Amino acid sequence: MSNFFIIAILLLGFLITFQIAKASEYVAVLKGEKKALEQQNRINGFLMMVFLVGGLVGVYWCNDLFKGKILGEAASQHGQAIDKMLYITIAITGVVFVITQILLFWFAYKYQYSEKRKVYYFPHDNRLEFIWTVIPAIALAVLVGFGLMYWYRITGDAPKEAMQIEVTGKQFGWIFRYPGKDETFGKKYYKNIDDGKNNSLGLLWDDPATHDDIVVNQEVYMIVNRPVKLIINSRDVIHDVGLSHFRMKMDAVPGTPTTMWFTPLFTTEEMKKKTNNPDFEYEISCDQMCGRGHYTMKGIVKVVTAEEFILWKAKQKPNYALAFPAPEPTKDSTQKTVAATVSTDATAKSISKK
Amino acid sequence: MSNEAILHGHSEVDTSHDAHHDEHGAHHHKETFITKYVFSQDHKMICKQFIITGMIWAILGGLMSVLFRLQLGYPDSTFPILEDIFGKWAKGGKIQPEFYYALVTMHGTVLVFFVLTGGLSGTFANFLIPLQIGARDMASPFLNMLSYWFFFLASVVILCSLFLQTGPASGGWTVYPPLSALGDANEGSKAGMDYWITGMALFVVSSLLGGLNYISTILNMRTKGMSMTRLPLTIWALFFTAVLGVLSFPVLLSGLILLLFDRHAGTSFYLSDIFIASTNKALPSEGGNAILFQHLFWFLGHPEVYIIILPAMGLVSEVMSVNSRKPVFGYMAMVGSIFAITVLAFLVWAHHMFVTGLNPFLGSVFVLLTLLIAVPSAIKVFNWITTLWKGNIRFTPAMLFAIGFVSLFISGGLTGIFLGNSTLDIHLHDTYFVIAHFHIVMGVSAFFGMFCGVYHWFPKMYGRYLNNTMGYIHFWVTLIGAYLIFWPMHYEGLAGMPRRYLDYSGWASFNQFGDLNKFISTVAMIVFSVQLMFVFNFFYSIFKGRKVTTQNPWGATTLEWTTPIRPGHGNWPGEIPEVHRWAYDYGKDGREFILQTEPVGSSESKH
Repeated sequence: MSNFFIIAILLLGFLITFQIAKASEYVAVLKGEKKALEQQNRINGFLMMVFLVGGLVGVYWCNDLFKGKILGEAASQHGQAIDKMLYITIAITGVVFVITQILLFWFAYKYQYSEKRKVYYFPHDNRLEFIWTVIPAIALAVLVGFGLMYWYRITGDAPKEAMQIEVTGKQFGWIFRYPGKDETFGKKYYKNIDDGKNNSLGLLWDDPATHDDIVVNQEVYMIVNRPVKLIINSRDVIHDVGLSHFRMKMDAVPGTPTTMWFTPLFTTEEMKKKTNNPDFEYEISCDQMCGRGHYTMKGIVKVVTAEEFILWKAKQKPNYALAFPAPEPTKDSTQKTVAATVSTDATAKSISKK
Repeated sequence: MSNEAILHGHSEVDTSHDAHHDEHGAHHHKETFITKYVFSQDHKMICKQFIITGMIWAILGGLMSVLFRLQLGYPDSTFPILEDIFGKWAKGGKIQPEFYYALVTMHGTVLVFFVLTGGLSGTFANFLIPLQIGARDMASPFLNMLSYWFFFLASVVILCSLFLQTGPASGGWTVYPPLSALGDANEGSKAGMDYWITGMALFVVSSLLGGLNYISTILNMRTKGMSMTRLPLTIWALFFTAVLGVLSFPVLLSGLILLLFDRHAGTSFYLSDIFIASTNKALPSEGGNAILFQHLFWFLGHPEVYIIILPAMGLVSEVMSVNSRKPVFGYMAMVGSIFAITVLAFLVWAHHMFVTGLNPFLGSVFVLLTLLIAVPSAIKVFNWITTLWKGNIRFTPAMLFAIGFVSLFISGGLTGIFLGNSTLDIHLHDTYFVIAHFHIVMGVSAFFGMFCGVYHWFPKMYGRYLNNTMGYIHFWVTLIGAYLIFWPMHYEGLAGMPRRYLDYSGWASFNQFGDLNKFISTVAMIVFSVQLMFVFNFFYSIFKGRKVTTQNPWGATTLEWTTPIRPGHGNWPGEIPEVHRWAYDYGKDGREFILQTEPVGSSESKH
């Protein structure tokens, strides 16, 4: 019923507009086209000024309304650099925005049609052209300079002490892997992936380096003030590790690992206090269209102190232990044969791949 | 090829009808309904075919955005009427994820390619090139006709894909593989994607036929005295648009053909190391690279945005000069900046890929080249503003849209400086900031350019005026609405809110914008309904609009206004006029305007 009403109101409104529009055309013809045109011109000239003033006030108001909602302080060193770059850019473009919009609408208003005005025949002026080629060029050089300085800092090599975590995107979730005690990630091969056998990354069990690798889903732990390097993979389509609080982002591309590093500055607990939100979490959003569940592909980053991290890690079982849980004596032999066949198979494949 | 040869191709028949010839001028072969309205070779009719097809697509594409805005603005509400119409796609009155992603994808595809490329270039290149350079028709009217009919076929294929059981393509308009290559990963990547590729291939053919024709017409068929530097800026813009299209569309096609092979021929150009959870299978493909597709795609994709915006710039320059009664400021600088934009358009594509794992050094080169584009763009803006300065402005609806275009182009152009800077792109990539940026700078701006052109040249197309009052309402609601919709989206983007999400309620970081989304959706619906009013105005005025009574209603200098009010095929009844001056002699020596056809007087001042 309400749908019907809305449609009826729309149609009515449209009919009224149409009648007014038609009538005004007749009036224009009666009044003389010139006179009608001059009147329309004055109205639109006035509206130009209204729009300019209203627009600028609106921009200011909108800024006031939303500035508190845009995530607050960056939670990583890189993020702070990015925020600085953002403010530099806003300052420069903001000035240009205000000046050019004012000139545009003010000129439109000021030079609206008048019978008395004689236009100024002004086809070109090389000096002016030169000025507004050089000034933007200088402004942009400044922006490029700052931008590249930060860009190289952010994309440069991660510090040696950085903690390494492997991130793998899949439809629709995140898998994280820590290298374990040996500090090396064991080999993996995608054809070994088998969610049913607890091997979501396709780890090659005959590589002993895999045996202590810890694999967790959805939640990743990082240490505050310690650089972390993410090695990013995808199992199926392109995903993207989006960390808006840290201002970081990197695609997860199947077959082509990417990396990203940053240093978290605040623990999750500290952020809860800073944001006055007891439920605060750092969220990982997938920022590259990846299918029907794209919008549900959430992960959580827990930034904790070094002590808390050690405690957490001690509680995690390596993936190997989960894939081959401490067997009952009778089943032992079969289990091992399965493992053995899987691993020889996998070795053969990984060798053939090379 | 000479101008006369085109229409006198049938001269064996025609020369015997001299008396007839005098009566109807160049309009002399017998026309049936089919040759006049359907398989027409008259560039003016082809223009009308393009614009009407474009309008149908614009309504459909706009409607898609209204549907997904409904979901975004009112994520908790149900609309039973949607289930009545769309069945399983809107089960329970809620837009399903597959439907949402199909809508988003097709909205982008339709508006970028079928409306703002086909509808905009197709319309105005066809209409203005022969009329403004002084030619009877295009270099090859037959290829021109084919260009429309390939466009039509492409439209039919894409339209059919909307009715597939598995839905149309739904991996985003950029169709990145592997998502677009694997039907098991995405419903829309089943048959829908094949239709998409076929439709786009036909579209590329159409665009190439059209583009080659535009280029050869502009280079070869200018009337006597029409040197390149006397061309109106519209023609320059359309010329470089065609060059961009001809050089970049084939690259897209090659990328799509490789994608087709990956889909059906078992190749692995883009596929590597893929395990599909839904079928629990690892694909055999190894060694491909998904990023390769992005390079191929954006090698067209970036020039594509200039293919969209350059014609709008050309139309705006012309309309602004005519209605300021003042020459466009810095003609050569305008041409130079279009040229610079065209060259740079090919050298910036990887700025869409800063966060794909691109080599950071390569990234920095693309930052430099990308921000360089801001220089010619700034020159154009300052030149438009100076064109207004000390003019005598008539606010026709066309002129209002021209001014609105400049305002939007400034706003959207400046946010491009944010995104082109790789440092900021890390945070802003694929957020609402990007949506706000490109909708303002190429979506709405290009529409404003198109409206500006339609309001200005409608009298030439149909011999009648569009209704002014509806034009004014259309302009103000659209301008204000566009800012209300897209300006606040920048803030959502600064918060990192990702694009292409069905629902933000599960996210603590992004769900603070619920009210704003509702507001945006409401405004979007109002703006959409005002566009319908424009469509009504368009069709109503074709038949019932106020008639044009003078040959040159706007007091313009260019050649199209020297033709009869309703020109026939061949445009000028007699000889094609000769050109003696540039296109922008407004307000010179105290005269309001001087037609291009008027010889330069001995006492005339020089500039």
